[in-house]
Amino acid sequence: MAKNTVKTAFLATIPVMTGYLVMGMALGLLMADKGYGWWGSALMGLTIYAGSMEFVAVNLLSGGATLISTAIMTLLVQARHLFYGVSLLEKYRGMGHIKPYLIFGLTDETYALACSGAPEGCNKRKYYFLITLFDQLYWIAGGTIGGLLGAAVRFDTRGLDFAMTALFVVIFTEQALSTRDHAPAIIGVSAARVCLLIFGTDNFLIPSMLLITALLLGLGALRKRKGAAQ
Amino acid sequence: MIDASHSLALIAVMALVTALLRFLPFLLFPEGKHAPRVITYLSGVLPSAVIGMLVVYCLKDVQPLAAPHGLPELIAVAAVAWSYVWKRNTLLSVLGGTVVYMLLVQVVF
Repeated sequence: MAKNTVKTAFLATIPVMTGYLVMGMALGLLMADKGYGWWGSALMGLTIYAGSMEFVAVNLLSGGATLISTAIMTLLVQARHLFYGVSLLEKYRGMGHIKPYLIFGLTDETYALACSGAPEGCNKRKYYFLITLFDQLYWIAGGTIGGLLGAAVRFDTRGLDFAMTALFVVIFTEQALSTRDHAPAIIGVSAARVCLLIFGTDNFLIPSMLLITALLLGLGALRKRKGAAQ
Repeated sequence: MIDASHSLALIAVMALVTALLRFLPFLLFPEGKHAPRVITYLSGVLPSAVIGMLVVYCLKDVQPLAAPHGLPELIAVAAVAWSYVWKRNTLLSVLGGTVVYMLLVQVVF
């Protein structure tokens, strides 16, 4: 018997719901703190829809960044999505007219859910569509609530932006726990640290990204040679 | 003071670049075509390296030589990592870590 796909998709997204509502609210509060109305975080959730990027966006918006530097920053922070896409090429094959929305809504969390695949007995297309849609709705709801709350209540938000750091530390820890190959993570942290020392806080992301890619390619070539020698 | 039209332009840029990055793999390797091996390799190793880089990015403004010597960050990051290893609950760790950090910077230091 076919399972109820709506129910299955909803249950699968509950962890994301709690996370997105809270993170979205934190974002809405930050935006309100910088003088933006609830529409600011709601609009970003609707159009950009990328948690970590939207936290970076708060700084770009409130600092009055230029279009070019914003584009470069987005490119750097979001580059990982290229690789998410590559790993979902097979899974999202044959999704038809909903495919563009699935690709648009590919956040870290939705990607993680999609990677686990659709449960047995579910309508695959419907399942992938619903997890993507539910996740985005949670995010927009969180941002809107946070924005409204921030406008209504004044309180000390110093330190609230640590939510983004905490999120990355959690993802980093999760990746460290789920793999035996820690070399990429170590390369990422040390390359970024070295580039931060050399290039300073404002310009280190591009060199870091290049250095990381070069080191990872080097690592791959080295392991291939080692593997061939054995 | 917020320049609304500039803000809207920035949001549009971020939305476009993000969508471009998300769509590019599917445009480059349409259904029925296989991605080259170097791309498949990078898709496996890059995510954890990039997250590592983003952790460094988040902590870039910490000044270890000046008071409070990055202690609030150190304590809060340790709390987040430790609680996650313990409970494996993203929400708990993010929320708990943020509360710890806010208390540290607003009350303790």
